[in-house]
Amino acid sequence: MSEGLTRFFASRWGIVLAGAVIGVLAPLLQKAGNPPNMGICVACFERDIAGALGLQRVAAVQYVRPEIAGFVLGSTVAALLFREFKARSGSAPIVRFVLGVFAMIGALVFMGCPWRALLRLSAGDLNAVVGLAGLATGIFVGVQFLRAGYSLGRSQKTYTAVGWIMPVLMIGLLLLLVFEVTVSDSGALFFSESGPGSMHAPLLISLGTGLIIGFLAQRTRFCTMGSIRDVLLMGDAHLISGLGALAVAAVVTNLILGQLNPPAFFGQPVAHSQHLWNYLGMALAGLAFALAGGCPGRQLFLAGEGDGDAGVFVLGMIVGAGLAHNFALAGAPDQVVEGVNTTGGIGPYGMAAVVLGLVVCMVIGLTMRHGMEA
Amino acid sequence: MAVQVDARGLSCPQPVILARRAIKAGEFPIQVLVETVTSRENVLRAAEKLGCTVAVEEMGDEFKLTVER
Repeated sequence: MSEGLTRFFASRWGIVLAGAVIGVLAPLLQKAGNPPNMGICVACFERDIAGALGLQRVAAVQYVRPEIAGFVLGSTVAALLFREFKARSGSAPIVRFVLGVFAMIGALVFMGCPWRALLRLSAGDLNAVVGLAGLATGIFVGVQFLRAGYSLGRSQKTYTAVGWIMPVLMIGLLLLLVFEVTVSDSGALFFSESGPGSMHAPLLISLGTGLIIGFLAQRTRFCTMGSIRDVLLMGDAHLISGLGALAVAAVVTNLILGQLNPPAFFGQPVAHSQHLWNYLGMALAGLAFALAGGCPGRQLFLAGEGDGDAGVFVLGMIVGAGLAHNFALAGAPDQVVEGVNTTGGIGPYGMAAVVLGLVVCMVIGLTMRHGMEA
Repeated sequence: MAVQVDARGLSCPQPVILARRAIKAGEFPIQVLVETVTSRENVLRAAEKLGCTVAVEEMGDEFKLTVER
C-alpha cells in the first residue's frame, strides 16, 4: 500500500496532481483573503514572518503566515508516515545561508518567488514572463556549474533532534500567532494594519491548505527550480509537468473566481514593470536556488523531512528579507500618482545588491567544485 | 568488479549526474549508493530513461541500485 502510493506520487500523474492542487488552492487562498496574485508566495510569506518578528519594519508586510508553517509540517507528517524522515546536515551550511540571503533579495527585487511568478502569470501579469525568463537564465548558469562539478559536499546523518528543529520552530511561530503574543506597545509581534501584510485568509484555512500542499509536495518532490534545471540539464520533463499543471489550474481557477486581469505590464497587483531588474532579480534568485538544490518551497519541504541544511537556507531567506527591507533593496509596486502612471521597481541600493549577489553566487559556483577542497 | 558510485549525502541533482556519467562511460554493472528515497527515485528514473535495468536493494536506511544494460 505504502509502496504503491510512493510509486504513484513519483509518477508523472503524481507530480501533475501536486501542481494542479497548488494551482487551484492558491487562487482560492486569494479569494479567502490573501493578497492579490499572492495566494501563495514562499518568499513574500517568509518576508512577512520576518516583519512580524521585527527583523524588518516595513509596516505593510508583517504577518506570521501559517502557510509557511503548514508547508514544513505537512512535509513532516508525510515523511513520518512514509518513513522518510531523516535527520541530516553538514553540507556547507554557511554557504546555504548566504545563498538563502541572496535568493531572497533577488526574489524581493522581482516581488515574488517562482510560485508567485506562475500565479502572477496565470492572472495576467506579463512581468512574470520577464521574471521567469530571468529565473531560467539563472538556473542555466547554475547548470553549467553543476556540469563542471559544483558541489557543496555531502551531508551527514545526525541526531534525530536536529531534524526536528525546523518543524518545532514552525510550531513555535504558530503558537505566537494563535496567542497573538505582543511583548509591549512598540514590540513584536508586529501585524500590518494595511497593505499586503494585513490581507490574509483565516488562520485555519491558511494552515490547512499549507498542510495539504506540504504533504503532496513532500511525496512528489515538487520543485520549480528543479523543473527547469532538469529540462536544461538532461531534457527530463518529469518535474516540469507539475509546473505546467500549476499554471493551467491557476488560470482556470482565476477565470472561475473572476481574478483574471487583462494581460498587461503596468500596474499589476503588488508588482512593478522595471523589466531589467525583474529579469536580473529572478536571475539572481534562480542561480542561488540552483546552487542550493531547490526552490524556496522545496527547501521548506526538505526542512520538514529532517534536512537541516535546507533549514539553514530558509533561515538565510528570512534574514535576507530583513536585510532587503532595512537596506531598501526590495522592489516597490507601480503606482498611479495624481493620474500619472509611475513605474515602481528598485533603487540604487537594490541594483548594487543584485550585482553583488550575482558576483557572490558566481564565486561560489566557481570555487566549490569536486577536487578543489583544501 | 562493479563500478561504484557513492552518491550518499549529495544534494539534488548530483546523484543523477554521477549515475548518468557512469552509465555513459559504458562499463557495467554499476552500483549506485544513495541515502534518500528521492535520490533512489531520481537515479532509477534517469537510468531507465537511458535504457538500463535497475535492481534496488534496501540496506539499512540506505539503498544500493545495481544498474545493468
